[in-house]
Amino acid sequence: MNGTSEIIQIQGLVKRFPMGKGEFTALRGITLTFGKGEFAGLVGPSGSGKTTLLNIIGSLDVPTEGWVNVLGNSIGTLSAKEAAQLRKESIGFIFQSYNLLQVHTVYENVEFPLLLLKHNGSQRRRMVMDALEWVGLVDKEKSKPPQLSGGECQRVAIARAMVKRPPLVLADEPTANLDAANSHHILKTMETLNRELHTTLLFATHDDKVIGYLRRMIYLLDGRVDRDETVRKD
Amino acid sequence: MIRFLIKGLIRDKSRSRLPVIVVTLGVMLTVAMHAYVKGFMGETLEMNATFSYGHVKVMTRAYAEEAELLPNDLALLEVSTLNEELSERFPAMEWAPRIRFGGLIDVPDEQGETRAQGPAVGLALDLLSEDSNEIQRLGLPRALIRGGLPKERGEALISEAFSQRLLIEPGDDITLIGVSMNGSMVMHNFRVAGTLLFGMDILDRGTLILDIEDARLALDMPDAAGEIVGFLPGGFYDDATARHTADAFNAAYQSDPDEFAPLMKALSQQGSMGPYVQFGQVWAGYISLVFVVAMALVLWNAGLLGGLRRYGEIGVRLAMGEEKGHVYRTMIYESVCIGIAGSVIGTALGLFVAWLLQEYGINVEGLMEGASLMFPTTIRARITPPAYYIGFIPGLAATVIGTALSGIGIFRRQTSQLFKELEA
Ligand SMILES: Nc1ncnc2c1ncn2[C@@H]1O[C@H](COP(=O)(O)OP(=O)(O)OP(=O)(O)O)[C@@H](O)[C@H]1O
Ligand SMILES: [Mg+2]
Repeated sequence: MNGTSEIIQIQGLVKRFPMGKGEFTALRGITLTFGKGEFAGLVGPSGSGKTTLLNIIGSLDVPTEGWVNVLGNSIGTLSAKEAAQLRKESIGFIFQSYNLLQVHTVYENVEFPLLLLKHNGSQRRRMVMDALEWVGLVDKEKSKPPQLSGGECQRVAIARAMVKRPPLVLADEPTANLDAANSHHILKTMETLNRELHTTLLFATHDDKVIGYLRRMIYLLDGRVDRDETVRKD
Repeated sequence: MIRFLIKGLIRDKSRSRLPVIVVTLGVMLTVAMHAYVKGFMGETLEMNATFSYGHVKVMTRAYAEEAELLPNDLALLEVSTLNEELSERFPAMEWAPRIRFGGLIDVPDEQGETRAQGPAVGLALDLLSEDSNEIQRLGLPRALIRGGLPKERGEALISEAFSQRLLIEPGDDITLIGVSMNGSMVMHNFRVAGTLLFGMDILDRGTLILDIEDARLALDMPDAAGEIVGFLPGGFYDDATARHTADAFNAAYQSDPDEFAPLMKALSQQGSMGPYVQFGQVWAGYISLVFVVAMALVLWNAGLLGGLRRYGEIGVRLAMGEEKGHVYRTMIYESVCIGIAGSVIGTALGLFVAWLLQEYGINVEGLMEGASLMFPTTIRARITPPAYYIGFIPGLAATVIGTALSGIGIFRRQTSQLFKELEA
């Protein structure tokens, strides 16, 4: 990425988890930066630390050592309230298992982040309908998750992550529960949104289908950055 | 946001149904128990008030010292004056002079020889005056088994069991052998007008009921009475009012050193009624507390299970930037909604059960054999104003406590830890 502003800076990040009597080191000194509008992925075998790193970037967890700055916020020093504020305003999450609210409609699921942001009714309506249009689910606004296919569920989750147009969206194994056709469908959707909304998208994955779409791949191995490759497209 | 939460609550049956059912049941039991015990305790109190203690009772100080021995030698004198004073000072209350006495009933045969004899517990009250309420107060018309109520002087009522033991028929003559006010033995003849069955062992063993003027004549107690019982307006005992009345009355005699000066005692200050009244005042708190604890335990567990089921939802809400404190508070709000819903339904059902008990009652005659306190043999519930709101205390407290306890577990966890469990 040439000359774009950096929105994530990671310097010497170490993450240790208490394990029984001792400790387990999941991340062993990560140094990385991400610029605005990247479409990048953390790639690596199971247990290599992808989720751990994504959680710290998403302010769901804190570094043990080192320094992580996300959109001008130093993750390790944020209070719980400030971390929640950062997530609420600037970060969208997409999960492997969708995690939609089962008793709420598609519309209500997508609306939820806007309720937290206290947008007014007509504003919410417009933004939710836009988001549903991006993922092609306008006609399902009144359905509830149990009535949807897995692919549709993940598209709802994407709409929910994107509806507030955050600068950063984190997606942990978003295609793990999807077949090939659906995987390609949602990846194309995310690619389009990345291009049109300039949202930075950061994946954690070991799915080759996802890797095929990435413009940058950071290979993690045993808690370290093994390789950092940028693919030139077109 | 509120709309969002309420939608979730209503649509997610597993989140609302079990807790509402638990609360409904608990509240229903609380309300029904409340009315039931209120009825039982209230009726027991009223019974003891009616037959022996009054809501308040005036005696001489000396009589009061050993009131259980019925020391008529220490009785009140110039009772009509005292009675007037009482009616003037406490016009809303009803006052009734009574003499309680012990004696022997002797039944003569045709020749006037003793045919049968038995000890009697005597109660003399105003049966014949126009303005006397005693016959209704004691429920004598209902208790009457054979014969009729006394219509003129010289007529008496005896308990049915007594009449059968001594082979007495209404219309028969009996002789009361007793002790006069100044200690000499007296004999007086009465005609039995009727027999009574109260359904209370202690009253049905050997009661003799006389008109108070007859007793005064027989026991040589002109214008005297062992006691004057007073009843509060409304017909239900209220301890605070009764004590207040007694204090007000006694204040006037404070400087009088005479041991025969009148002394007023509230029901709770007589016999063993004090602890009973006291218990009656705190039991509702205890019952509510028991239900709060029991229901909170059930709801805590239900909340834990529900909370586990809701990890997904909670995790997502946290990830989207909702604060933990807010998630926790919304769970408490939800529990308040559930508590109110369950309390409303439970109170309605509980009142219905209590109403059934109030209308039909439960017969517990068999349990009361030989009881020395007066207990009613049919227990009826009594719905009092607290029955309408008492259920809300356990209903709301239990749901909120239950949710708060189960929520703490979720609240304490690291956010990222919630996600681990979420992804699993
Ligand atoms: N809370 C924790 N306590 C202890 N160890 C943990 C904790 N979280 C993660 N780990 C360990 O850290 C290592 C990295 O975990 P992480 O979840 O980041 O891997 P991953 O690359 O996302 O793997 P996968 O592809 O299976 O999702 C693993 O060995 C894991 O067991
Ligand atoms: Mg992972």
